[in-house]
Amino acid sequence: MGAPDLDTRPCGGKYGDIVRAIGNTPLVELKRISPKPGVRIWAKLESHNPTGSVKDRVARAMIEDAEAQGAIRPGQTILEPTSGNTGISLGMICSRKGYPLKVVMPDNVTAERTQLLQMYGAEVVYSPGEQGSNGAVAKALEMAEGDSTYYMPYQYGNQANPDAHYHGTAVEILEELDEVSAFVAGLGTGGTLMGNARRLKEEDPDTLIVAAEPLQGELVQGLRSLEDGFIPPIIDLAMLDRKIFVSNRDSVVWTKKLLAEEGLFVGVSSGAIASIAVRVAESLDEGNVVFVVCDDGWKYLSSGVYTKPIEELEETIETASFW
Amino acid sequence: MRGAGEAACVRRGGARLPAVPTIKIPPVLRSSTAGEKEVHAEGENVGELLRALASQHPATEGQLFSDEGELNRYVNVYLNDEDVRVLGGLETGVQVDDTLVILPAMAGG
Repeated sequence: MGAPDLDTRPCGGKYGDIVRAIGNTPLVELKRISPKPGVRIWAKLESHNPTGSVKDRVARAMIEDAEAQGAIRPGQTILEPTSGNTGISLGMICSRKGYPLKVVMPDNVTAERTQLLQMYGAEVVYSPGEQGSNGAVAKALEMAEGDSTYYMPYQYGNQANPDAHYHGTAVEILEELDEVSAFVAGLGTGGTLMGNARRLKEEDPDTLIVAAEPLQGELVQGLRSLEDGFIPPIIDLAMLDRKIFVSNRDSVVWTKKLLAEEGLFVGVSSGAIASIAVRVAESLDEGNVVFVVCDDGWKYLSSGVYTKPIEELEETIETASFW
Repeated sequence: MRGAGEAACVRRGGARLPAVPTIKIPPVLRSSTAGEKEVHAEGENVGELLRALASQHPATEGQLFSDEGELNRYVNVYLNDEDVRVLGGLETGVQVDDTLVILPAMAGG
């Protein structure tokens, strides 16, 4: 008697190690939040990557690209600024490959991010939380300038970052959908948007590329001057059709909405992205709108976002860094 | 009927608001606007509004504009909630009830 037929398809695949298992993430339709019957909203669950975020793709690409170019010596210390997810991804990959890792991270991120980094053996250097990732970038660059033994992948300026999406995320989306009317992702380093935009527009130049970006609370806009503003070099605004900010408050509201209405447990940035995906869907008559779920909600549990009413989250909304 | 010297206003939700766009000032720029969090200015487009702001508060001009008169790269300006660079840039038209939001460019990652 043969084995029973496989009920669930496509199958998850078989991989030689956990790094090889990065990618091939599910695309899930969200019927309940779609505003119109003819417009289908799809969530690309990058939270299903091994360390729980889209950054696994980027970290793997940057390290493998550096190895291929001979830019990293065996046992060399990797230094990288991060708001958390890239550091965690690098932590897993570097621990497997034998590279010590030091990350620079804002000090106002949730405790879970620090724990995950420590779990993978990374050393954490904190930057002032009120300066956000800008502060982490500045501090990391200063450290790299002062010590030539570090190798810094520098996700903000590394072409391997968007290329990971050009060769991976976008291809997977096109494999599953006959057409993509709009693609919505968060604007952090710009890698997800740039890589997917390039590949999706090659397939269909009319695909709308929409960026959702965080409107940080005033307490985390602690730059000394506007000149401390930072735009990652890999971002090309000409690739975007719209760029819309979402407040922390709206991000939290939509994160809770995804959980309540679709059973999706996502990080707060993904709530923001979903809000923009629905807004874009409202402007269409028909078609597929794909948005990226960057990570899941586990590392934000301590924030209370998933269990407290919005009225009790005002201080968190003003001070937390969720992106 | 408006009194002498009284600015034109619109009513919204019972409140009397100036019938001109609002410009929201980020914390990092408020030392240049005498601490004002919001400034009201007149203009047909984003560029005119920002020039009007610079006229009211000259210390903002060098922070907002390059020597060539373009918006400085590290400054983001949003019409309501959309980045004007992805709309019509400084030529983007504005309505009287629009809000212009100035923010420093902050990365994620």
